[in-house]
Amino acid sequence: MVTLASLRAAGTRPGARTPAPPAWLVGAGVLVAMLGLLPIAYLLILAGTSEDATSLVLRDRTLGVLGRTLLLAAIVTSASVLIGVPVAWLTARSDLPGRRWWTIITLLPLVVPSYVGGYAVVAAFGPRGALQSLLEPFGVERLPDLYGLPGAALALTLFSFPYVVLSVRATLLRLDPAFEEVSRSLGRGPWRTFLTVTLPQLRPAITSGALLVALYSLADFGAVSLLQFDSFTRAIYVQYRASFDPTLAAVLALMLVACTAGVLLAESRLRGRGRYHRSGGGSSRPATPVRLGAWRWPALVFLGLVVGLAVVVPVGTIGFWLARGVSVGESFATVWGPTLNSVLASGLAAVLAVLASIPVAVLAVRHRGALAALVERATYAGFALPGIVIGLAFVFVAARYLPFVYQTLPLLLVAYLVRFVPEAVGVTRASLLQVSPRLEEVARTLGRSPARVLREVTLPIIRPGLAAGGALVFLTAMKELPTTILLAPTGFDTLAVRIWSATSEGFFARAAPPALLMVVVAAGSLWFVLRQERSR
Amino acid sequence: MTATIEAPAVTMAPMTEPDSTPLALRTLSLAKRFGEVVAVDDVTLELPRGEFLGVLGPSGCGKTTLLRLVAGFERPDAGGIEIDGQAVSGPRRNVPPESRRIGMVFQESALFPHLDVGGNIAFGLPRRGRATRVAELVALVGLAGLQHRMPHELSGGQQQRVALARALAPDPALILFDEPFSSLDATLRSQLRGEVRDILRVAGATALFVTHDQGEALEISDRVAVMRAGRIEQISTPDELYLRPINRFVAGFVGEANLLPGEVRHGEVQTMVGRFRAAGDALADGTRAEVLLRPEQLHMLPVARLSSPPRPESVLTIVRRVFHGSEVHHVLRSETGLEIEAATPSSATLAVGTEVIAHARAKEVPVYPTGDDA
Repeated sequence: MVTLASLRAAGTRPGARTPAPPAWLVGAGVLVAMLGLLPIAYLLILAGTSEDATSLVLRDRTLGVLGRTLLLAAIVTSASVLIGVPVAWLTARSDLPGRRWWTIITLLPLVVPSYVGGYAVVAAFGPRGALQSLLEPFGVERLPDLYGLPGAALALTLFSFPYVVLSVRATLLRLDPAFEEVSRSLGRGPWRTFLTVTLPQLRPAITSGALLVALYSLADFGAVSLLQFDSFTRAIYVQYRASFDPTLAAVLALMLVACTAGVLLAESRLRGRGRYHRSGGGSSRPATPVRLGAWRWPALVFLGLVVGLAVVVPVGTIGFWLARGVSVGESFATVWGPTLNSVLASGLAAVLAVLASIPVAVLAVRHRGALAALVERATYAGFALPGIVIGLAFVFVAARYLPFVYQTLPLLLVAYLVRFVPEAVGVTRASLLQVSPRLEEVARTLGRSPARVLREVTLPIIRPGLAAGGALVFLTAMKELPTTILLAPTGFDTLAVRIWSATSEGFFARAAPPALLMVVVAAGSLWFVLRQERSR
Repeated sequence: MTATIEAPAVTMAPMTEPDSTPLALRTLSLAKRFGEVVAVDDVTLELPRGEFLGVLGPSGCGKTTLLRLVAGFERPDAGGIEIDGQAVSGPRRNVPPESRRIGMVFQESALFPHLDVGGNIAFGLPRRGRATRVAELVALVGLAGLQHRMPHELSGGQQQRVALARALAPDPALILFDEPFSSLDATLRSQLRGEVRDILRVAGATALFVTHDQGEALEISDRVAVMRAGRIEQISTPDELYLRPINRFVAGFVGEANLLPGEVRHGEVQTMVGRFRAAGDALADGTRAEVLLRPEQLHMLPVARLSSPPRPESVLTIVRRVFHGSEVHHVLRSETGLEIEAATPSSATLAVGTEVIAHARAKEVPVYPTGDDA
């Protein structure tokens, strides 16, 4: 008897079909990719053509910057792990009162831009900050200096530890509680179980969160420049302002890129293995919350302290200086110009980034292949490069080849595009994946050319996705500081620049209104991120 | 006053000589490979206007690739394609899908989610006369009144009918169906098959169906092409395919097949269930061969009811019963371990464990010499 099953098993399905993309699509994609590669390529050329690039790297001052940057990254990363892991465990696995509320409030600092954090630290605890004014009646004239490493480390830790919370919390919620239950049944107490069973399983999540924090502290410009700590980003900026010779700035920028590339590489390797670790699959049974008992009180004090420093102090400081500003007649009207500029630049950047994301995403989703992969990776370069590096590269390119665009809005927008197009590509790509290729094929058989199919079928269907990507870019661009400082036209202050320059000069009251607006924008982007995660 | 009798406005596909019927589709030695995998291998077929051709084969046999070559979504490595007498694919020619005058209906109905029923049907129509044509088609597929519904407000069957109307609207030379009913549940599927067939006939359309479901292919097609590993094994009418499959593969893929081994003696094949005359070429005495018997051709006699004891090697034991409603299939096992299947009406079923002998009434049956590759 011939069985059907044996016959059906015969033959194999051919591999993924990848129709050749039309030329205009390839052209557009390659253009976006080349823009993404431009900054790093130009910096390499700049450093490569200089004879003394190697000696610049090995100079004492350069090595000092490298050492300070790595030290800062190490301190911030360790401190973030020490804060982030307990916060994650308390919000994910304990019977802490108000767990949901603590979950959201401990994530909030993540979306506050670092210069707002830096502003909060300086304006609260600085020698002439809010704390000092409150203590003035008691004869305190000046608080001890916190500029430099302590302040920078404090500001960065407070606003980046939620990366660790996010990744550890996600793993804790997914872990099979059976492991812990088995350990308890074999006679190990809760502490030993946590240390010998739970913690080892958390290691990939902790490392991945820690690497994100490291990346954040390497690339940060806002907090370190406000707290006057000479890590790479500030050194690059100072070098650029001080001299017309771009070589040293380019060398510093490339060294910074090398550091971030190392971290990114470690992170991507780890992520691959991390997925492997998680493969428990199947139904996820939620763990029974651990009863804290009397430990509840120290836990609440700990969380209170963290939230107090990372959320209450910034908001309180802004409030304090707002009130102080009003009382001395500071006008709110000064904030409208920068707000308009921010909205204009970010809005245009959002439109551009979404438009640029379309050819890249279509290539990546519909025409998989070597070319598409290359184009997609190149656009992601903007993700890996610190903003100060992108800004610097465009300053140099414009100053040398295109002096007429230097310090004009179009150049700023191009830099924004490079920096934010990966976010837009991510969202556009995800929405394209939801559209069946069959729809496009049907449209072809009904007489439409590929370009018209894109316009009449694909784009209308993914319009909500495009709008979401645009909104994400808009919110992120609103917060962008370093590229804006380097590239904005003279007198074109955005909210970010206004906060930064006012704080640098010690005008805490003048920085308060834009900082308040920025916190609102930050809350908007947090809401957005959470909504995205829920809809997934 | 004169009484006039109006003729019913039914157009029948005219029955004409095959040679004079214009072809809607012709493929010539079509070939396509993906890397190492040969997906379509030397496929030549002709589809006259008004005919429904089913392409049947196991998954991975290349039938979908054949469809996509015809549609123009893939370029052939060799061979040519003509649609309605126009060369659309060839060594130096590749007409894009939008200029091939084809319609397409997919498994997932692939309705444009941003357009309503009317918008979907109108998508391939020129602006002039659009409304009239849409109304015509909505009526044809029995969806009058639903023109302004959005796709997600329709049932699966309704969605497929809109997809069909959309494909029919520009009056294509050929409509291609890729597993059009697979995503529907069984009852709906058979009902919709009949409806689609009627709609296509009324519209005078020519259709190519690709499916792995033999029931579907046999029911809906005028002719069926059975594919394996990129090649067409046989193109015939459904009856011919079932009764005279060209090889063991086709026999096994179309319907359920018992292949009983035997030996040729005096022009007849001697098997454990009787002697049969071989259809087709005569085979030399002494040749080992297998005969094809369908389950409904085999009849069982319980050993207990026989007047004289049978030869032990012809005794079979019922090892399994599979109930199919109107019929019951009995799996019979011989002394040597050979399993064959016999169907009886449900009213005449026998219990598992019963010892029987089997015989078949057919006199002339398909015979496949042992050792042939298929």
